[in-house]
Amino acid sequence: MDNTYTIALAGNPNVGKSTIFNALTGMHQHTGNWTGKTVDSAQGFFKTDSHKYRLIDLPGTYSIMPHSPEETIARDYIINQKPDAVIVVCDATTLSRNLTLALQTINVSRRVLVCVNLLDEAHKKGIKIDLALLEQRLGVKVIGTTARNKKTVKNLLCALDEVLNSSPRTEFDFGTDEETALSTVKTAEQICREVVTYKKDNLCARDLKIDKIITSKFFAYPIMLALLCLVFWITISGANYPSDMLFSAFSRLENWLSSLLLSVNCPKIIHDAFILGVFRTVSFIVSVMLPPMAIFFPLFTLLEDLGFLPRIAFNLDKPFKNCGACGKQALTMCMGFGCNAAGVTGCRIIDSPRERLLAILTNAFVPCNGRFPTIIAIITMFLIGGGISGSFMSAIILTLVITIGILLTFLATKLLSKTVLKGVPSNFILELPPYRRPQILKVIVRSIFDRTLFVLGRSLIVAAPAGLIIYIMSNTQIGGATLLSYCADFLDPFARLLGLDGVILIAFILGFPANEIVIPIIIMAYMETGVLEDGFSLSFMRTLFIENGWTVKTAISMLIFTLCHWPCSTTVLTIKKETASIKWTLLSILLPTGFGVVLCIVFNYIYSLIV
Amino acid sequence: MESLFDINVGQQCKILNIMIDGPLKRRLIDIGLTPNSTVCCVGQSPLKDPKAFLIRGAVIALRQEICEKITVRAVV
Repeated sequence: MDNTYTIALAGNPNVGKSTIFNALTGMHQHTGNWTGKTVDSAQGFFKTDSHKYRLIDLPGTYSIMPHSPEETIARDYIINQKPDAVIVVCDATTLSRNLTLALQTINVSRRVLVCVNLLDEAHKKGIKIDLALLEQRLGVKVIGTTARNKKTVKNLLCALDEVLNSSPRTEFDFGTDEETALSTVKTAEQICREVVTYKKDNLCARDLKIDKIITSKFFAYPIMLALLCLVFWITISGANYPSDMLFSAFSRLENWLSSLLLSVNCPKIIHDAFILGVFRTVSFIVSVMLPPMAIFFPLFTLLEDLGFLPRIAFNLDKPFKNCGACGKQALTMCMGFGCNAAGVTGCRIIDSPRERLLAILTNAFVPCNGRFPTIIAIITMFLIGGGISGSFMSAIILTLVITIGILLTFLATKLLSKTVLKGVPSNFILELPPYRRPQILKVIVRSIFDRTLFVLGRSLIVAAPAGLIIYIMSNTQIGGATLLSYCADFLDPFARLLGLDGVILIAFILGFPANEIVIPIIIMAYMETGVLEDGFSLSFMRTLFIENGWTVKTAISMLIFTLCHWPCSTTVLTIKKETASIKWTLLSILLPTGFGVVLCIVFNYIYSLIV
Repeated sequence: MESLFDINVGQQCKILNIMIDGPLKRRLIDIGLTPNSTVCCVGQSPLKDPKAFLIRGAVIALRQEICEKITVRAVV
């Protein structure tokens, strides 16, 4: 009983491996990275009446033979670490292909439990599998599972105990040549012919019908764009209320903290710097950042679970290939709409290091959730009128801005792959998994823990010191003017060249920790209040901005610069971590900034010719 | 000689020869694309490339460059 057995969980991608992992370990798990690799690893613990187990979730892999970093990890673990047992999860609907991995694993491991998952899906497709015969032919324990079924876990645990009570087999060495690979595939096919019976001819008629529309010549791109806009709309309109609630909760906390500090006779300067600087900035960022992310990421994960995202990669592969990149970059780009830092992390799904770098460096060209409010506010204030036609127009302009972001992504990717990241596109093999009903609750939990909190945590690291800097700059008086206004005056000539003014540019610089605070800093600087405030109406802002010299030209320049400037600090930190290179991190800052400066100057030149 | 890329949506074909070497060939074999196996083209991207094939029960997308190195015979 005191002995903990180590179990590895292996399987092809998209076979419900993580569902089984979650079902077995529940909340007793933690994720991290495989040493020296940017591939996620997860391990968890669970126990039965007779044994204690440590479960290692291996990356999804088609074969024991390594092709990608994920597969090398899976293979090295099974062969070198020699776990007490390996559970191979197989997809019942594509058993023949899955058995290749099972057969290979059986050859190199001491104890193997083959878990034939997704039996319910197979049943729906009219596929019947003789599990007893399969067990006999493979020579190892076989168990059938249905990921959503509660009994599954119980059966799996019983089977696992049984496997561990059996004596270990001797593992064979096994060839890595093409002949062995072919013969393994043939054996898998042969076994399948014996154990699988099909009742219906047409395996996935429904999926094919959906795919026909989603990948059709005329509807594919409009559908994708419309869906993207729908996701934004839900995110933006849904985030308003929780944002307001967070704001008022934080302001109550601020009052309480403030009186606490004053009651212990804290010096006023420290009180102000901490409360009005650090605390206010941090709470501001949390209030505006958390709700949109907590809505966007579950929606995104939902589309992922549905099986829609691989189709986006499929549809956009050709244009990305023409830019020397990989179709999966479409996915990381879409994720960038939620948060560029999450998008950069998502680039791990791209196998080729060159193509991964392309995706990382160009991710910031699509506007993230933090920039949407700024973009929408400017569109509403300066480019359109109010009313129903107004909100319709603003949706169109927003879509236009998004489309420009996507086009710039292609342009920047092409530029990079023609210059510093030369190379031919690598091979693109993408599985289009069947459409599946997502497990809503798990989606929410997973996306909040994996993505939202991760991003939030990282942004707070920078927000706190930045809050202090903003406070010091806007409250340190030298000769009657603040440090902030000196800096704004200094930057003003250059900013005018871009169609902006010094205050806007300094707001972008101070907004490095989070794009959400750019407009609040502008307001703070124009009104000379010295602290960030919330709750100004759009019409008030519009009047304030016009009083400070804004025109339509300023608004459009600001839109361009919001779309193209340095990524926020969270993203930069993430790029540094993912690329492990200062050089690439610097380039990721310079590239969009360069684009933004050039585009702004060109726009202002053309504008001055026309008007 | 027909290549896998010549196969239209809805058409079936038998794989004859995979004229690719190294790890990519192994990968194709691992996903079930072996000589003599029958695959069906089930879709194509709006820009005609990549194409999607039903290979041993799973839908796999392959780029034109790979498809053109795989010779096939169309099954009527």
